[in-house]
Amino acid sequence: MIATHLPALQIVVPLVSAPICLLLRRSGLAWALASIVSWAALACAALLLQQVLSSGPISYHLGGWAPPWGIEYRIDAVNGFVLLIVAAIGAVVMPYARVSVAHELPEEQHATFYTALLLCLTGLLGVTITGDAFNLFVFLEISSLSSYVLIALGRDRRALTAAFQYLVMGTIGATFIVIGVGLLYMVTGTLNMLDLAERLPPMSENRTVLAAFAFLTVGAGLKLALFPLHFWLPNAYAYAPSAVTAFLAATATKVSIYILLRFFFTVFGAANTLELGTLENLLIPLGVAAILVCSTVAIFQTDVKRMLAYSSVAQVGYIVLGIGFASTTGLTAAIVHLFNHAMTKGGLFLALGCVVLRLGSARLESLEGLGRRMPLTMFAFVLGGLSLIGVPLTAGFISKWMLVQAALEQDNRFLAAAVAAVILIGSLLAIVYIWRVVEVAYFRPAPEGDGEGEIAEAPLSMLIPTWFLIGASIYFGIDTSLTLGVAKRAAELLLGGGA
Amino acid sequence: MDAPGLYNYWIVIVLMMTGFYVVISRGNLVKKIVGLNIFQTSVFILYITMGKVSGGTAPILAEGFETYSNPLPHVLILTAIVVGVATTALGCALVVRIKEAYGTVEEDEIQRQDDAT
Amino acid sequence: MQRHIVLRVTTKLLMPFILLFALYVQFHGDFGPGGGFQAGVIFGAGFILYALVYGIESAQRVAPAGALRVLISAGLLLYIGTGFATLALGGNFLDYGMLAHEPARGQHLGIFLVELGVGVTVAATMVTVFFNFASRGQD
Repeated sequence: MIATHLPALQIVVPLVSAPICLLLRRSGLAWALASIVSWAALACAALLLQQVLSSGPISYHLGGWAPPWGIEYRIDAVNGFVLLIVAAIGAVVMPYARVSVAHELPEEQHATFYTALLLCLTGLLGVTITGDAFNLFVFLEISSLSSYVLIALGRDRRALTAAFQYLVMGTIGATFIVIGVGLLYMVTGTLNMLDLAERLPPMSENRTVLAAFAFLTVGAGLKLALFPLHFWLPNAYAYAPSAVTAFLAATATKVSIYILLRFFFTVFGAANTLELGTLENLLIPLGVAAILVCSTVAIFQTDVKRMLAYSSVAQVGYIVLGIGFASTTGLTAAIVHLFNHAMTKGGLFLALGCVVLRLGSARLESLEGLGRRMPLTMFAFVLGGLSLIGVPLTAGFISKWMLVQAALEQDNRFLAAAVAAVILIGSLLAIVYIWRVVEVAYFRPAPEGDGEGEIAEAPLSMLIPTWFLIGASIYFGIDTSLTLGVAKRAAELLLGGGA
Repeated sequence: MDAPGLYNYWIVIVLMMTGFYVVISRGNLVKKIVGLNIFQTSVFILYITMGKVSGGTAPILAEGFETYSNPLPHVLILTAIVVGVATTALGCALVVRIKEAYGTVEEDEIQRQDDAT
Repeated sequence: MQRHIVLRVTTKLLMPFILLFALYVQFHGDFGPGGGFQAGVIFGAGFILYALVYGIESAQRVAPAGALRVLISAGLLLYIGTGFATLALGGNFLDYGMLAHEPARGQHLGIFLVELGVGVTVAATMVTVFFNFASRGQD
């Protein structure tokens, strides 16, 4: 009985545990409940993906109403994969959060923290699983509102202004999405994504449909920090609590990229989207700009969290570049980089959280000599950095390799060469900013003073999740069968045909 | 396709642009929240206007009526209004905390205090 | 607000009508404009009016913060509990037709329960938000 209702349980179990978490005032109990629920959500997502890969898309009718009258939860290779990513990051960050949150937040805020984190997880899972366009907006707002709360819980008072800026930009993005959905409903009379996909092709020249397309693109672009709509991201990631930064960096932008993919290729249809020329003319230049500008800005940051935040915007640029190529290789590269970047950035931010636990800040100059005093943490950081650069044997290399392949497949030889060059320059820039951290941590002597004896390695409950994610980014760089296999299937599904 | 018949949609555009302009141009955080609300209200009017069926009455079953307006946009807008209320409440809570932390709700003042540290 | 006799007397007279109207709106969502969210807001507005005129302490004696927290969670749990009940009775999640012997009565019962959950949560949330805002800066 549970097996048939897995799609509903995937959303409902985290959702029902959020108010229970609010009632459990004690921090330890709230953490325990949140961890158990996040692992249950991971089990659920793994089972769902396995079912989709073996027997095709799953459709669940909420309330017993058949689509298109009712809300449908539809899982295919694309969102099954994203579900797994979000649930996995949630399951890894929850155990990590116990010590990290105890250190960074006052005791009475802990239960609220876990409630908000569970609501954020519910919202992100809901965006991924739903097959109804307006339901997507509702879950998107659930996840966004809880992430504003989570960011505002940071210690620094600049966390408040960062959360406010994110609130304003995020609400504008979500409102654009709802305007787009409303315009689509106006012309077709349905909100179900598959039904929209059937009704839109005959009227693809209709001005309302084009306006809806524009609104949805800009709205999703604001949420995924597409350059130049990324200004909320560096502040939000830099001043939020460490566990929150790791969770949001690995999931929020990925889910928004999924929204873009879903609307471009499933709702509007691959053929129409390709005709519009949005992909080549808009996404490729913006992706290139994101890679070059944000990697360069990352080099000059003095706070490592900010540096990695700008690096995140650049990596989103890579993914958007892959989508812009609109070929099977390009989409495969984009989807596999979704997974690889989630693992890598999640692991990097978790490692930085260990540093913040021991040192109190992530400023570059305070990391001097940390390579000797916190060897496991900094080695995890180095490995994550190598994956970010795209060194062979890491997951980052796989995505960059596929991206270069997709670039070289383009007909326009000049474009192909230029974009391949940009991807390689991006890696070079990543080498520069990772080297800045490595140089300070390993090649400068530790400062003398009373701080010496206190800096020990991070506790095991924080090291294990960090190494799990970093280990995953190395493992999936060596054994790519799962990630590339699912990504290829997803790309083929999006471009039409295949399941 | 007559312009007076599309009066509601003109209002939608005016409100949307007004709200958006207030959000971008005003530096006072409370005014930004107000602008966001105006922006979201224009979306509500868009949805409800498109739900009206000519000659249709309110979407509640009653004797003697055959044509009803579409009830689905009304339900969607209820949800959107709740989301708007939650966003406003959160925004106001953040503004209260910012006022306590910085002493001001003007964006340039806050920027100056942040740059000074 | 000690000197504003008109406000105090009018509020005392109006409060029961406001709360009654909120209950009316809550349960007549099937037959007229209404439903959980609207009713919750009106209910909360009644409490907020009382707190504005008579002071937050008197309002907090009726609605202490701990009870409000429990109510917020209880409303949401009622909603999801209805969903779990439909799962247990064999239908899909939130398939209200399963709740009674006839699908139509089941739909009525299901909507009644979830709107009640929504109304309780919204009323408690509105009052909590007001209390949190209004009591800042007073210590």
